[in-house]
Amino acid sequence: MAKIILDFEKKIYDLEARIGELKTSSELSGYSVDAEVESLSQKLNELIRETFSNLSRWQRVQLARHPDRPYTLDYIQRIITDWVELHGDRQFGDDKSIIGGIGLLDGMGVMIIGHQKGRNVKENMKRNYGMPHPEGYRKALRLMKMAEKLKKPVITIIDTPGAYPGIEAEERGQSEAIARNLLEMSRLRTPVINMVIGEGASGGALGIGIGDRLLMLENTWYSVISPEGCASILLRDASKAKEAAEAMRVTAQDMLELGVADRIIEEPLGGAHRHYDETALRVRQVLSEELKQLTRLSTEELLKRRYKKIAAIGVYSE
Amino acid sequence: MNWFVRTKEKIFSGVRKQIPDGIWQKCPKCGEVIYFKELDKNARVCTKCSYHFRIYSEDYLELLADNGLFAEFNIAISSEDPLKFRIPKRYTDSIQTAKRKTGLNEAVRTAELTIQSIPVVVAAMDFRFIGGSMGSAVGEKIARAADRALKRNIPLIIISASGGARMQEGVLSLMQMAKTSARLSLLAEKGLPYISVLTDPTTGGVSASYAMLGDINIAEPGALIGFAGQRVIKQTIGQDLPNGFQRSEFLLEKGLIDLICDRRQLKSTIYKFLQFNYA
Repeated sequence: MAKIILDFEKKIYDLEARIGELKTSSELSGYSVDAEVESLSQKLNELIRETFSNLSRWQRVQLARHPDRPYTLDYIQRIITDWVELHGDRQFGDDKSIIGGIGLLDGMGVMIIGHQKGRNVKENMKRNYGMPHPEGYRKALRLMKMAEKLKKPVITIIDTPGAYPGIEAEERGQSEAIARNLLEMSRLRTPVINMVIGEGASGGALGIGIGDRLLMLENTWYSVISPEGCASILLRDASKAKEAAEAMRVTAQDMLELGVADRIIEEPLGGAHRHYDETALRVRQVLSEELKQLTRLSTEELLKRRYKKIAAIGVYSE
Repeated sequence: MNWFVRTKEKIFSGVRKQIPDGIWQKCPKCGEVIYFKELDKNARVCTKCSYHFRIYSEDYLELLADNGLFAEFNIAISSEDPLKFRIPKRYTDSIQTAKRKTGLNEAVRTAELTIQSIPVVVAAMDFRFIGGSMGSAVGEKIARAADRALKRNIPLIIISASGGARMQEGVLSLMQMAKTSARLSLLAEKGLPYISVLTDPTTGGVSASYAMLGDINIAEPGALIGFAGQRVIKQTIGQDLPNGFQRSEFLLEKGLIDLICDRRQLKSTIYKFLQFNYA
């Protein structure tokens, strides 16, 4: 598959290609270019560091949507053992844009629920570009209730451009499905960790996004509406999404400052899309650590803290 | 020269234009022209075709309250501008303009009142205030209305009228969906009834949180109720939307609301539910 390269990544890939060429030609000619490769590699590291330490909000949005970025199943494959996917909401159907299942994380039984995007057009037809219908949210709730009954923690993985805006979604009660999840998750009697790995768009994200800890990967976004949606409504021009992303403050760092996110998971230099294994390893370590802390609390204490955390969000005067 | 030349003044020469705004109101549905006092007496429902004109927070509170008397609380809660939002204009200016125009501090009023002597807490949203959008202040007022109902051990009624969550507060607005819904779970645990009244329009983040979570969901006739905006849906699916899509009657048909209630019977209908609860 052809690599997709964002404009601000281009220099990095160009330099990498040059180093690659040098190495190949050296192998062919037998002429040593070690010194040169060494100096270019150093330059490359500096370039990556420089690019990724000064990312704008819009650039982070682009990274969060990067088509090569690891998706929910990429993490599950790397951090969960004995994974079994569970299907269906028992009422209407099986929404493939939200997946769920059981498995072990460092030997601990966990329920995993997450949005799933597709890697290509065919996959995206199946996954509906990670945009769930009501039955997706209802499947998620069914699985969460099962976890509650079996006293197993829940990990939700958030990566959606939004809940699907379509006729059938409305007919089957998109609003009700999301609303019901908000209410039920706020009092689910088992630990719930929410983790944003890409896009956190509005109610579609929040519908599986309430819990005890909100973790965000470094290059992700979360907001009340997509930057394009905001720009199209307020500025009558969806192409001004960049301005909207700045105005709404949508990055993981912003979420931390606004008191919405609890912790940022740093991505390896160059972004998660360039380092699947290393990113997954970090995710596993953080999840494991967080779960250990949460499972130590009594259910009453857990719910008290969750309730307080949710109640505290917002800025107003009186 | 024409044979027939009008020599007298036209019968309606500009008379209509001289009627001050609001004295007569034309029904957008049936075209009936109604005297405003007549309309007000009829809860602003068209006397001919029962079209529901929009009414606002104080109208609803008066409509429900015995003798039209209600005790508002948390009046001072008001929006801040945590993001320093300024596209295309300063959010603080939008708030000031809305305050000046409506005399409200926020897009919801919360009050205690009695319905046929049964005490209740009512939160009535107001579409005039930035489209009834929900930011931190609205979320907090709704949450505290739920707290008040819990403390007094009385039912909660929320009357929704909102375009959704308020973009100018970004993710903080989104999180008000969580805050309000979490509060409703406390009511549920205590066995207190929660009645949701959905009026025109109830969409986006408000419909996807407390508005759809009533023990009973009551909608006014013809109200626009839905998750996604019609323009967005149209763009996404690339075809026209069916007639009556996302209207109360559509939601009733799809099983998403309990009933549609004419505004003139809203109080008596809510009373029946309260009576059932205490009987």
